[in-house]
Amino acid sequence: MANKTENQKAWLFVLPVVLLVAFNALIPLMTVVNYSVQETFGDNVFFWEGVKWFEQVLNSERFHAALLRQFAFTGTILAIEIPLGIAIALTMPRKGPWVPVCLVLMALPLLIPWNVVGAMWNIFALPETGLLGKVINGMGIDYNFTQQPVAAWLTTVLMDVWHWTSLVVLLAYAGLCAIPDAYYQAAKIDGAGGWAVFRYIQLPKLKRVLTIAVLLRFMDSFMIYTEPFVLTGGGPGNTTTFLSIDLVKVALGQFDLGPAAAMSLIYFLIVLLVCWVFYTLMMRNEEA
Amino acid sequence: MARIGLHNVRHSYVSAPAEDADWALKHMDVEWQDGGAYALLGPSGCGKTTLLNIISGLLTPSQGTVTFDGVNVTATPPDQRNIAQVFQFPVVYDTMTVYDNLAFPLRNRGVKEGSVDARVREIAGMLDLHATLDERAAGLTADGKQKISLGRGLVRSDVNVIMFDEPLTVIDPHLKWVLRSKLKELHQRVGATMIYVTHDQTEALTFADQVVVMHEGAVVQVGTPVDLFERPQHTFVGHFIGSPGMNVLPGQVDGTKVLIGDTAVGKISKDTVFSESSDKIEIGVRPEFVKFASKGVPVQVTKVSDAGRFQIVETRHEDSTIRVLVPEGKPVPSEDAKLAFNSAYTQVYVNGWAVS
Amino acid sequence: MSLILKDVVKRVGAETHIHPVSLELVPEGFNILLGTTLSGKTTLMQLMAGLEHPTSGEVWFGGKNVTGVSVQKRNVSMVHQQFINYPNFSVYENIASPLRVTRMARGEVDDRVREIAGLLQLSPMLERRPNQLSGGQQQRTALARALVKDADLVLLDEPLANLDFKLREELRDELPKLFAGRNCTVVYATTEPSEALLLGGNTATLHEGRVTQFGATANLYRQPGDLLSAQVFSDPPINVATVRKRGARFQLSEHVSWPAPKQHKALSDGPYTIGMRPHLISPVRASKAAVEIEGDVLITELSGSESVIHFDLGQQTWISQSHGIHQYEVGERVAFYADLAQSMYFDREGKRL
Repeated sequence: MANKTENQKAWLFVLPVVLLVAFNALIPLMTVVNYSVQETFGDNVFFWEGVKWFEQVLNSERFHAALLRQFAFTGTILAIEIPLGIAIALTMPRKGPWVPVCLVLMALPLLIPWNVVGAMWNIFALPETGLLGKVINGMGIDYNFTQQPVAAWLTTVLMDVWHWTSLVVLLAYAGLCAIPDAYYQAAKIDGAGGWAVFRYIQLPKLKRVLTIAVLLRFMDSFMIYTEPFVLTGGGPGNTTTFLSIDLVKVALGQFDLGPAAAMSLIYFLIVLLVCWVFYTLMMRNEEA
Repeated sequence: MARIGLHNVRHSYVSAPAEDADWALKHMDVEWQDGGAYALLGPSGCGKTTLLNIISGLLTPSQGTVTFDGVNVTATPPDQRNIAQVFQFPVVYDTMTVYDNLAFPLRNRGVKEGSVDARVREIAGMLDLHATLDERAAGLTADGKQKISLGRGLVRSDVNVIMFDEPLTVIDPHLKWVLRSKLKELHQRVGATMIYVTHDQTEALTFADQVVVMHEGAVVQVGTPVDLFERPQHTFVGHFIGSPGMNVLPGQVDGTKVLIGDTAVGKISKDTVFSESSDKIEIGVRPEFVKFASKGVPVQVTKVSDAGRFQIVETRHEDSTIRVLVPEGKPVPSEDAKLAFNSAYTQVYVNGWAVS
Repeated sequence: MSLILKDVVKRVGAETHIHPVSLELVPEGFNILLGTTLSGKTTLMQLMAGLEHPTSGEVWFGGKNVTGVSVQKRNVSMVHQQFINYPNFSVYENIASPLRVTRMARGEVDDRVREIAGLLQLSPMLERRPNQLSGGQQQRTALARALVKDADLVLLDEPLANLDFKLREELRDELPKLFAGRNCTVVYATTEPSEALLLGGNTATLHEGRVTQFGATANLYRQPGDLLSAQVFSDPPINVATVRKRGARFQLSEHVSWPAPKQHKALSDGPYTIGMRPHLISPVRASKAAVEIEGDVLITELSGSESVIHFDLGQQTWISQSHGIHQYEVGERVAFYADLAQSMYFDREGKRL
C-alpha cells in the first residue's frame, strides 16, 4: 500500500512541467491546428474548410519561393558557420591566460538581442553613413543592400555568420577540450600529421557536439525572423522574405489566419522531418 | 629495438629547485638492455609518470641525458624517437576498422600497401584480432581496444621501446590474467624492449624481469621479483611489496650480533661500518619468515585475523607491531609468546637502507 | 537495530535486478555483501537505504516497516567507491555538513567534527579542500562524514576499491576499529573475498541478483552450502572439475585418483563435482597425500609474496596459489601437487555433500 501512495505523489512533481508544456506548446499548437481547417472573417465566427488551406499553401508559388529562399539561406549559413566555427575553435588556446579572454570575446555576439543585431547591421551597412557600406563603396564597388538583391543577401548572411558562428565555436571548443591528451600523444607516436589528427581524432570526437550545433543552427535559421526583418524588412522586393517573415505578412498583414495556420503547420513539419532525418543519419553508426 | 640509457637524469617542475622535495625525479642512472621487460613500480606521486614522459620525450629532463642505443636523444621530440605507447584508457581511432587502425602507423610512414597488409595480418594473428579485422574499432570491448593500441606499436619494425602506462586499469578483473599472459607471450615472441608503469605490484612483478621500485622521486631498488621479496634493499620496498608487508622494528647491532631488545636475531659481517651513532638501525623481516617458538623475541598476541588460507597474527613487542603468518588451522598462542626469526631472511637497515 | 529484508524483489522494466531476497542483518560487526560487479550489491544497498524502493517485499528496520519511507526520513549514511565530497567545502565543512542540517549547536558540531577527524587522522588538514588531498585522505573525509551523524545504518559501497594497494590495507585494518562500539548496522559491499575474510562479521554471497548464502564470514568460506557460493567466495577462482567415484576412490582422469575421504566413503558411485581452492595446489610438494598433476603454464602472476599460476590441463585451466615466488615461462610444462582429498565435494545439482 505504501508503495502506491509514493507513486501518486510522484505525479505531483511532474505536474508543473505538464502544465508548462501544455500552455507553451500543446494549447498554441491545437489553436493553430484549429485555425488551419477553418475560415474566419473576424468576430469569432468560424467555418469548416477541411484541407483547403493546406492545398492552397502547398500549391502557391509564393510559398514555394519563400521555402526555396529559406533552404538557400539555411544551407548557406550552415556551410559557412560550421566549418568556420570548427576552424576558429581549433585555433583557440586550450590553456593559459588567453582562454577566458577568447571565451568572452566569442560569447559577446550571442549576448546581443536579436532586434539590436538587426538594427546594428542596418546602420553598419548603410551605403552612405554606415562604416561597412562606406568602406565597400569607397573601394569602388557599388553596394547598397536596400536596393540590390545580391547585396541584401550577402549582408543578411554576413550578419547571421557574425551573430551565430560563436555558438558553433563554443560547442566545438568544449568538444575539443574533452578529448584526452592520450589521443594526441598516440597520434604523434603513430606518425600522424595535422590533417590526420583532425580527420581521425578530432572530427570523430566532435561528431556529437557538431550534430547538436547543426540541429540548433538549422532550427534557429529556419525560423529566423527578427534580424532580417529589422535589416531589410524582407526586401528589396521579396528577395529576403524568408518563411517566418512571409508567415507574419500573411497572418497579421492580411489577417488570413487559415492559410497562415496551415503554413506554419507545414513549416513545423518540415523542421521536424529534416531534424529527424539528419539526427537518424548521424547516429546510425553510433550504436554499431 | 634498443638499449635505453638514463644518465644522471633529474627533473623538477619548479624553475629553480632549492630543496630536495622540489625534485619530482631526484636522480636516475640506469641502463636497460635491448629486449628486456622492465616495470616501474611505485605509489602515486613517486615520479614514475615523470620518468615515463622523459623516456617518451614529452618532457625534457632538467638535467642529464637519455640515450637510445648510445645515441643521445635528450632533445629529440616524441614523434622522432620511434616509441610506442599503450595508455591507461584505450586509444583507438573510432571511425576506422581494426585493420585500418593497425595499418595507420605504417601508412603514415608511407609503407607500401602490400607490406602493410602482410604486417597487419601477422600482428593481428599474434593478438588474436584476425577475426575482427573488418569490424569498426569503436565496437570492441576494452581488452580488444587495448590489444589494438598494442598492435599499433607492434606493426612497426622501427620501434625502439614499447611503453605501457597502467594498461589494465579498464580491464575486467576476471580477464586481466588472460591479457597478462598474452603480454608475456608477446614479449617472448617479439623480443621488444618493454617498459611497464604501474602502482600495482602484481602487474609489475608478473610482467617484468626487472622491477624498478620508486619512492618519492628516487629509485629504491632494481631487482627481480625474487630479489624484491627475499632481499628488499630499502624498508620501503619491504613495506610496499608483499601483503602484508615486511615487519620493520628498531634494533641494535653489537659487534656482529643483530639484536632486538636482548634477543639475537641474526648476524652481520664485521666489515660493516656504522658512521654515526645517530644512525637509525632497524630490523626487517617478512611475516612469512617469523614463527612462534619456545625461545626468541618476547611478544604479546594482540589480534588474529583469519585470511582464509592463512592467519595474520598481530603481536606487540614493546612499541612495535610484529605480524606473523600462521597456516590455516594451526594453533596461535593466546597471550604471551616468543617469536623466532628466520635469520637468512632477516635484514638490517641503517637509515632505511639494507646493509649486508 | 536490525535490518530485515523480506522477499524483496527489484525489477526495472522487463529486467529483474534483485530476485526474492530475504536477509536479517545484525547490528554487531560488518554485514558484507560479496559478489562480482553487477551481481546486485549496489542495488541491494540502495534498497536498504531507501534510495530505491522494492517492486515487492518489505524492508524492516528497528522493528518498523520502512518499505516506503524515503531516505531523508531514515537515519542512513553511505560511502561510495568514488570519493564523493563537496568540492567547494573545506574538509571541516565537509565533515560538519550532515550536522548543519540538524540545527545542532555550533559548539557541539565543532566537538564532534574534531573528534571524528582525529579518529580518521584528518586533524592536520581540516582547512584544506578535497582536491588538495590524496585519494586516501579524500575517502577518509567521506568516511568521517558518514560517521559524524551517528546514523543507524551505514552503507559502505566498495569504499576501498579506488585506493592504492597499500592504502587499502591500512584503511581496511582501521575500519572495524572505527565502527566498534557504535550502535549502528554496517553493510559493506566488496568484490574481494580476502577483504571479506579480513573484515570478519557476516557475509552474504551474491550472484546475479540472488543471495546464495548468508552466515558468519569464516564459516561461509569454509562451509559453503553450494558450488555457487564457493565460487563467489574464492579469489583466485576455485578450480572446478567433474570426477567419478569408483568404490573407495575418486577419479579425475585415468591416471589421477585418490582415496575418498571418510565422510564421503558411503556415497554411491557416479559423477560428482569437486571444488578445489587454488592454495591447495602448489608446484612444491607439501604433503604426502598430494597427487601429481602436470600442466602447461599459461601465466605466473606474482603478487609480491605469492605466486598464482594458471595452467592448462588439456580440457580446462586450473589455478595454483602458493607462498613465495615461483616463476615459470609461458608454455613451460610443470608438475603441480594437489591435495585433492581436501577438495569440497558437490552433487550434480551443486549442493555440497
